[in-house]
Amino acid sequence: MTRGLVLVVWGILWLVRTPLESDMALHMTVQLPLLIGIGYMLATFLRPHEPRWFARADWFGIPGLLLVVFATSFWMLPRMLDLALSDPWIDLIKFASLPLLAGLPLGLSWSRMPGLGRAFLWANFIPKLAAIGGLYLAAPTRLCAYYRLDQQTTAGAALIAVAVALGLSWSAVLFIGSPPFWSKGGENAVERMRGAASGGP
Amino acid sequence: MTRGFAPLLGLVLCVGVGALAWATEGFRVITSEGARQVSIARHPIPIPNVRLIDQDGHTFSFGDYHGRTIFVDFIYTRCPKLCGELGDDFRQALSRSDAKNGHVAFLSISFDRADDREALQLYADRYAARAPRWRVAMPYDARGLSMLLQTFGVTVIPDGMGGFVHDGTIYAVDESGRVARILDPGARIAAVPP
Repeated sequence: MTRGLVLVVWGILWLVRTPLESDMALHMTVQLPLLIGIGYMLATFLRPHEPRWFARADWFGIPGLLLVVFATSFWMLPRMLDLALSDPWIDLIKFASLPLLAGLPLGLSWSRMPGLGRAFLWANFIPKLAAIGGLYLAAPTRLCAYYRLDQQTTAGAALIAVAVALGLSWSAVLFIGSPPFWSKGGENAVERMRGAASGGP
Repeated sequence: MTRGFAPLLGLVLCVGVGALAWATEGFRVITSEGARQVSIARHPIPIPNVRLIDQDGHTFSFGDYHGRTIFVDFIYTRCPKLCGELGDDFRQALSRSDAKNGHVAFLSISFDRADDREALQLYADRYAARAPRWRVAMPYDARGLSMLLQTFGVTVIPDGMGGFVHDGTIYAVDESGRVARILDPGARIAAVPP
């Protein structure tokens, strides 16, 4: 049932791709994350069917998360944003590869990454997102042929807002603990990190 | 390390670096305009023989320029800002190259179907553009316009206020009628030594 829901959302995103992509901020902070989220949800269903060789070769989730970094960087390049708009086939590749090569490995490999590694990834990702946002906010020229300068500025502000929100919620989880519906044991990330740092499980 | 880790890591690295290298033309560009610049420098693009009409009402085509270098920009006559900078640049470059050689020509092409010959003439008068050294022109029909926009790789989007947003890109067309070079963004030909 939920599995079907994910596929429906995937289809709906494809149908509303023109309005979502007509605005740079919506394209970058709504459509791309939702596509990654679809893959992440798929991972929760597919985990029992994960090939054993992959689970073994994906040591601490390093290859999987590296794939996530590559796939997300690729589709955030201004040139690829342009190409996705001008060529529906490229957009189709984006719609397939962001869930399957970014969201899915994120869901599968994240749990294998020790707390310290996760903290490292968060601590890198959040400032980088804010830096990209700052670049878009301050750039005097347009980086995408299909977006106006004012849209680019808004996209920059939106990216910074997302980075701040992520940073705040990450700190909250880190120092206060995850909300009760998240983790079963009630342990917070600091404890997990301590566990990892002291060579825990 | 576990079995299969190194091959999997190697595969991810190769595919990932390969994809990024492809998208950035070997880590040189991040924008589509930059990519276009690199690809045109490598493979100049022949221009289809589109008929245009200039500010004096004369028809001509790119074939008529054979043997001359043309600097081309894309404009619309109601353009409030960017086209003005382009126009000033062409005027300065023209006044300088005028005395020296006759084998350089300038061409401003309007992409706005609302422009007519009178609008072209007013625009030309504003910058003292005289055909045939500096033609302010528009393609004869919509088909010709879309062929030109596609060949040069010009993207024009509405600015939401009845005007257009476009790149202030200057293209160099070589002696055999091919788009041979895209000048750096913001570069002005008046500043380039002849």
